[in-house]
Amino acid sequence: MSKITVRQAIQKGLTEALDADPNVFIMGEDIGDYGGAYAITSGFLEKYGPERIKDTPISEAAFIGAGIGSAAAGLKPIIELMSISFSLVAFDQIVNMAANIRYMSGGQINVPMVIRAPTGAGMQLGATHSQSFETWLCEVPGLKVVAPSNPFDALGLIRSSIKDSNPVIYAESAGLYGLKGDVDDKYYEVEIGKADIRTVGDDITLVSYGHGMPMLEKVAEELGSRGVSSEVIDLRSLSPMDYETVNKSVQKTGRALLLDTSRKTGGVMAELAASVQESSGDYLDGPLLRVGSEDVPWPYNRKLEQHAMSSVPKILKQIEIGYSL
Amino acid sequence: MEKKEYLDLYKKMYLIRRFEESCGENYSKGFIRGFLHLYIGEEAIAAGSISTLREDDYIVTHYRDHGHAIARGLETGPLMAELFGKKTGVSGGKGGSMHLFDASKNFMGGHAIVGAQIPLAAGFALASQYKKKDSITVVYFGDGATNQGTFHETMNLASIWKLPILFFLENNFYGMGTSVEKIRTNGKSFGNLAENYGMPSTVVDGMDVLAVKETTEEAIKKIRAGSGPVFIEATTFRYQGHSMADPAKYRTNEELDEWKEKDPLVNFHKHLIDQGLATESDIEKVSKSADNELDEAVKFATESPEPDLDDIKNDIYA
Repeated sequence: MSKITVRQAIQKGLTEALDADPNVFIMGEDIGDYGGAYAITSGFLEKYGPERIKDTPISEAAFIGAGIGSAAAGLKPIIELMSISFSLVAFDQIVNMAANIRYMSGGQINVPMVIRAPTGAGMQLGATHSQSFETWLCEVPGLKVVAPSNPFDALGLIRSSIKDSNPVIYAESAGLYGLKGDVDDKYYEVEIGKADIRTVGDDITLVSYGHGMPMLEKVAEELGSRGVSSEVIDLRSLSPMDYETVNKSVQKTGRALLLDTSRKTGGVMAELAASVQESSGDYLDGPLLRVGSEDVPWPYNRKLEQHAMSSVPKILKQIEIGYSL
Repeated sequence: MEKKEYLDLYKKMYLIRRFEESCGENYSKGFIRGFLHLYIGEEAIAAGSISTLREDDYIVTHYRDHGHAIARGLETGPLMAELFGKKTGVSGGKGGSMHLFDASKNFMGGHAIVGAQIPLAAGFALASQYKKKDSITVVYFGDGATNQGTFHETMNLASIWKLPILFFLENNFYGMGTSVEKIRTNGKSFGNLAENYGMPSTVVDGMDVLAVKETTEEAIKKIRAGSGPVFIEATTFRYQGHSMADPAKYRTNEELDEWKEKDPLVNFHKHLIDQGLATESDIEKVSKSADNELDEAVKFATESPEPDLDDIKNDIYA
């Protein structure tokens, strides 16, 4: 076991891949000389050279499109977006090319590519830099979407994402880069599509991903002090989503709260809620609960931004209203 | 050039035209649905330029893609079957007219969002460069695509990275129904777009198959030598509307007739005879062979099975 940060876990996964496979290269804005907007690729240029650590112009559509073509030609591009909000200017390439090209070619073309992108609000970056578009990308067949919440999963998922033969969106919670945690020294991967039961419990199922997880840990702690036992689940993978693990848990506990850190409308928990209702509706002892951020453009002002975000008090309040716990 | 090469060029152009005419007929009969964009009038571009490529070179094109596919040597049977939506189609019946693929021939589509294929193509070129191979990529696009951000972004990217890519503009003077005059302040020619990115460019008569071939050969020689991207603009005209749904009311018959005077097939036929490069009987022979091939292609498409319902979820993930 080693204690490292989420940032170090991602760095470890990337350097392993660069060391192991000459076809792996990294491309993005300011990843070379600058070292990455969030310092993930700091020192990479010196170690691997400009052919494998490619600084790009500010042309997201062009370099993501080029990534797709290079992947289709047998390379393994890992692309860094400075923010998942910037995926918008490359959305056509991500959706119509990366995701659709395999299907519309009758399975002839694979796109083994990873797009890493920081996501989420909470740093007073305003409406254009705080969004969580991993939710939109989950709607697109052909893409996989993962979102780790801790160093162990960050390392396990970057390994499996790089190994995958499909385009994988690796959504990094921008507020969690400095979070420390244990990782195994022995090589492991985290399977894409498998949720993790973080805490086993009997009375209520709590589900989230990414930076929702630290909130759920606090909620579980508070509920514990009231004698309520929580089963805490980290989805880890948003597409494909592990409906089975969540439904099994809800069928055991009879209660569930699903937490989105994105805006509530159209968040991934809306889809999960529908699945829980369909598959486990008869087991529920009360309403299925869902908390998400306010349906507003993200405000800059700290007080307003915090007010818009999902929070521990909001979650506890919902649980009190829904289940009187 | 040997006689056979001339006749091959003629046959490609002839086959493309007959294929497109057959598509039109089969669309009217309801065997082909969706959007169908015909390449009639533009045959010299695909036939001339693609004849200069090596097997390991990549081709990426737009939705008016039948001509490029045939020029690349994709078989007309599976091509027609794709248009008929059949399981035996080049894309398994899942792509249709606008999304033709054959990865085994490095024919990487058939792309239907205007300009979106341009960054993708840069990726194939990047892979050649990365692997230190001297294969190149040709990307085709129309005049309409030159106002997309992806075009400009990729011209810049290819230029700064010296990617081995040929930007091939098929200027048919109309982006769907909008004339070039309406979308450009800078005259009809597009060469200055390349200048802005420090890229050599040439304008070629896209109705003259030999001129297209020669111009492409020169460009590819430079690219293969590692000097970076080149831009070719070929002027041409599509005889039909933008798609089968378009009666082309935005242009005059006189304009169309003027272009038909320069018809690539008619004029190349005349050139072959006048220059003693082939005889009428040679030309009749290759034409007949193309006619037969096309009859077989339509038969193959007609008789092929549709995809199984189970196929709906195949090919999404590797």
